[in-house]
Amino acid sequence: MEKIVIIGNGIAGITAARNIRKKSNFEICVISSETEHFFSRTALMYVYMGHMRFEDIKPYEDWFWEKNRINLIFDHVDKIETSNNSLVLRSGKQVPYTKLILALGAKPNKYGWPGQDLKGVQGLYSYQDLQSIEENSINAKTAVIVGGGLIGVELAEMLNSRNIKVHFLVRENRFWGNVLPKEEGDLIARHIKKHHVNLLFENELDSILDDGSGRVKAIKTKKGEIIECQIVGLTAGVSPNIDLVRNSEIDTDRGIKINEFLETNIPNIYAIGDCAQFIQPVNGRRPIEQVWYTGRMMGETVAQTICGKRTAYNPGPWFNSAKFFDVEYQTYGMVNSELWEGEIDFYWEHPKKELAVHVVWDKQSNLFKGINVFGIRMRHELFDKWLKNKASIDTIMANLSTANFDPEFYRHFEKEIVEQFNLRTGKNIQLAAKTWWQKLIKN
Amino acid sequence: MKSVKYAGMVIFLIGLAIFTATPFLGKLKLTNEIIVEQLSETERANLEIPLQNELVGQEYSTSFAFSRKFIGIYNRINDQFIAEQKWDQVMYTPVSDLASKLATASNTGVVPQNKGLFLFLTFGICIIGSLIYIISDLKIKGLPGIKNDGIYHDSATNKGWIGILTGVWLISFYILLYFHSYIIVDAICIVDPIKGLFEEGATASKWFLYGILYCTAMIVMGIRMYIKYRHNKYQIVRTTSVLFFQIIFAFLLVEILPLFGLPGRDLKNAMPLDYTFLYDYNIKELLAAGQFGLFLIVWGIVLSIIVVPTLVYFYGKRWYCSWVCGCGGLAETLGDPYRQLSSKKMKAWKFERWIIHGVLVFAVILTIFVAVQTISGLSSANGEGRSTILWISAYDIRNWYGFLIGSIFAGVIGTGFYPILGNRAWCRFGCPLAAYMGLVQRFKSRFRITTNGGQCISCGNCSTYCEQGIDVRAYAQKGQNIVRSSCVGCGVCSAVCPRGVLKLENGPEAGRFGNEGPIVLGHNGFELNN
Repeated sequence: MEKIVIIGNGIAGITAARNIRKKSNFEICVISSETEHFFSRTALMYVYMGHMRFEDIKPYEDWFWEKNRINLIFDHVDKIETSNNSLVLRSGKQVPYTKLILALGAKPNKYGWPGQDLKGVQGLYSYQDLQSIEENSINAKTAVIVGGGLIGVELAEMLNSRNIKVHFLVRENRFWGNVLPKEEGDLIARHIKKHHVNLLFENELDSILDDGSGRVKAIKTKKGEIIECQIVGLTAGVSPNIDLVRNSEIDTDRGIKINEFLETNIPNIYAIGDCAQFIQPVNGRRPIEQVWYTGRMMGETVAQTICGKRTAYNPGPWFNSAKFFDVEYQTYGMVNSELWEGEIDFYWEHPKKELAVHVVWDKQSNLFKGINVFGIRMRHELFDKWLKNKASIDTIMANLSTANFDPEFYRHFEKEIVEQFNLRTGKNIQLAAKTWWQKLIKN
Repeated sequence: MKSVKYAGMVIFLIGLAIFTATPFLGKLKLTNEIIVEQLSETERANLEIPLQNELVGQEYSTSFAFSRKFIGIYNRINDQFIAEQKWDQVMYTPVSDLASKLATASNTGVVPQNKGLFLFLTFGICIIGSLIYIISDLKIKGLPGIKNDGIYHDSATNKGWIGILTGVWLISFYILLYFHSYIIVDAICIVDPIKGLFEEGATASKWFLYGILYCTAMIVMGIRMYIKYRHNKYQIVRTTSVLFFQIIFAFLLVEILPLFGLPGRDLKNAMPLDYTFLYDYNIKELLAAGQFGLFLIVWGIVLSIIVVPTLVYFYGKRWYCSWVCGCGGLAETLGDPYRQLSSKKMKAWKFERWIIHGVLVFAVILTIFVAVQTISGLSSANGEGRSTILWISAYDIRNWYGFLIGSIFAGVIGTGFYPILGNRAWCRFGCPLAAYMGLVQRFKSRFRITTNGGQCISCGNCSTYCEQGIDVRAYAQKGQNIVRSSCVGCGVCSAVCPRGVLKLENGPEAGRFGNEGPIVLGHNGFELNN
C-alpha cells in the first residue's frame, strides 16, 4: 500500500491530500510545523484586523481530517533520507513514505539589509508572522513597509486598522510597477494615500537601526532619510523555502526544480506550490508562481499523477485577484506592466469613483489578450472561455454587460466604457444587451 | 471624533437607564372607581369586596408590588371557586392582563404624570445618542467599503461581557413583555402620546409599545446600515425595503385601519409565520368586517399558497426573509452587528434541519386542528367548532404553540439571544414559513449564489458573516454555486468577499448548482463537468 507523505499543510499540500483521498485509499500523512490544521494564508490579515477569529480562517473543521483519514503530524521535518525513503522529525520520530510531496511554501525576501533580523522586523506569510505582528503592534506608533506589492498593501491596511502610522517604501516610481500598468498603479497609489499611508516612491531601504536592545528604532533610506518606527514590514516578495532540501540530493535552484509533471530529480518525490520551480516554464508562465490558485492547481495535478494518471501541469488562462484597501482588483489573461510589441490597449477610469477597466489586444489580429478591472467584478467563466477560444477584442467589448459580475442594483458603466472605446479606437462596437451568461458559454 | 462617538454611547445609555428604571418610579393606588371602570361584572362580583378590604387605598411604589398583591387575591378567590367546583364563577381572563389593566389605571406616578417628558428622556435621548454614535462612524471609519475592523476584538460583538449583558437585558425585556407586562406599565404609558396621535385619549397597549420600539430600533439601525453599506446598492435598496414594509404594513396600516372601522391586520404576514390567521375568533372577526374582512381572508390564503411559493421560485426566499419580513427586518438592522455569531459548524446545520422542519410539522398540525375547529364552527348552530380530534384539544395545541413557538422561540430566543446566537436564530432554527420557503428554494427555484469560477481564496469572510450559519466558503472554494434552503439572500457574503467571488442571481434552473466536480476553473488539465 502506498504511503503518501506531504510536507506542508498550505493550500498546495492540502489540495493534494484531499484529491488523493478522493481518488484512492492510500495512506496519507501531512506534516507541518507551522500550525496543526490547514488555514487560509491569504486571510491572516483579517484575523489581525478582527474581522475573523483564527478558527474562522480554517476552511475545514478539525474533525474533517480524521473523518477523511488524512493523518496530521504537527512536527518539523529535519531531514529527508532519500536513500531509505524516510523522514526524520524534530521529535526524533521516523516517518517512512513511498511517495513524498514537498509543499514547503516560501519565506519573505531579505536582501541582506543591516539590521534585518532585529526585533520588530518581519514579513507577513506564516502563522508565526501573525503572532509576531500582534506582539510588535503592542506599543507601536509608526511602521515602515518595504516593497510595494500585494502583501505590502495588506500589511498597510492591517496596521492602519490599529492606528499605526505607515510609511511605505516603494523602489519603483509607481505602485506594484512590475505588474500593474502605470494608470492602475497611479489609481491604487491615490487610493492608498487617501487612507493616510505615506507612500514614498523611488525609495529604497538602506539599513535598519537598532535601539540598543536588539529592537528596531528607525530605518534609513538610500537617500539618507531616517524614519523612526517600531515595526518594519519586509514585503519585497517571497522566495521558495528550500532550507530542508538545500543539502539533500534533491535538485534546487531558487526553488525545488521540477519538470512539468511536478517531479523532482528523485523518483517518487514531487514539489508543488510556492517552493517549486519549473525547469521549463509551462504555457509561457513564469518558472516560479507563488499565488494561491497555482498552489491549488499544482495540488490537483500531483494528485492525479500519484493516483496513477500521470498528468502534466497545464494551467489555463492566467487569472488573479486582490483587494487594495477598498478597491477590488481582478485580472484575466495578461495585461503586462508595459505593452508588449504589437499590443494595443484601452483604459477607462471613472471620473470620480475608483473604477477602472484596462483591456489589451493584438493590434493586427484583434485578439483579446487580457483585462484588468478595478472596483468592478467580472465573470471568470466568460473570460476563461474567451481567452481559450481566442476571442477578439470586439467580442469582449460587445458583451461587457453580460460579463459584469457586480451585485444586483449596482450602477453599470458598460455604455460609457464602450462609447469611449469606440471614440478612441475608431471602432463601432454595439454593446449587446445583458443576457444570461451561460448562453454565451454554450455558444 | 472617537470622543464624540463615546459621548453618543453615554447619552444612549442614559436614555436606556431611564427606560429601565421606569418600573421603579410608580405610585399606585387602587380606588373603587377604577374597579367599577376596569372590571367586568363577573370579575367585580368575585373581586370587589376582597379588593376593597385588602388593596383599595393602599399605596404601592412599584406596579410589581401592586400586581403581586392583586394576583394573590385573584388566585385565592379563583382557587376557592375551583375547589368548590363553582365552575360558573371561575374567571378565565389571564390574571396578568387584568393586573396590567388595574395597575395602569391606578398609576399616578411621575411617569404617567409626565408622559411627554419621559418619551423624550427615554426614546428621544436613546435616538439622539445612538445617532451620534452611528453617524460619527462616517468620519471614524473613513472611505466607503467593508469596515469590519475590530468586530472580534469588541466584547459587544464577540460574545464578551457587553454582549452577554445586552442579551440579558433583551431576554428580560421579552419575558416581561410577553408574560408579566404588569411590571412595565410605566414603560408602556410612555408611548401614550404617540398612541394619541392615532386616536385621541387612547392608552397604549404593550403591543403598541413593542411596535414603537421595533420601528425605532429598525429605523435607527437602518441608518447605520445605510452608512455601513453606502457603497453597496443592494444593501441600500434592501434596507429601504424592510423599513418600508415594517413601518407602513406592520405598523401604520395596523394602527390606521381600525380608525375606519376596519380590522387592523399586517397584510404581509403570511401563514404559517402568522399562526393565528385561521383561529376561529380571527376568522369570525374578519367575516364580521364586511368586504374588507372577506378580502383579508382571501388574501391571507392566496398569499401563503400562491404568492409566497411563486415569488420564491423566481427570486428565492430572500424576497420575503430579507426584503419584507418583520423578523427579518429587525435581524437585518438591529441584528446586523451580531451576524458573525451564528454557528457554522456541521453539528449546527444538522440540528437546524431537524428543528426547523420539526416546527414546520408542528405548525401544520396546529393549522389542521385550527382549520377543523374554525370551519366546523362556521356551520354549527352555536358557533362552537369541533375542538378535539383524537382526544387532543385544539385549545391545548394553540396554547402550546403560542407559548413555545410564538413567544419563547420567536421572541425570547429569536431576539433576546442576538448577541449570543447571532441575529437569525429564529429564522434559521424556528420559523415555519422559512422552512416552507426553504423547501421551495432548495428544490424548485431560479435563485442561487453564483461562485465566480476559481477566484475563491478560502478566506472565510463569507461564512463568518453569513447570518444563517451557511458555510458559504465550503461551496465557493470548490467552484460550486450555493443553493441552500436556509439562505435568506441578504447579500452580505457577496459584499464582504475580497475577491469578487459571489453574486446573488436568478436564472434558469438548468446549471443552477454550477460546477459539481471537485476541480476548479483555471485548469486545462481537467474537464469541468458541464
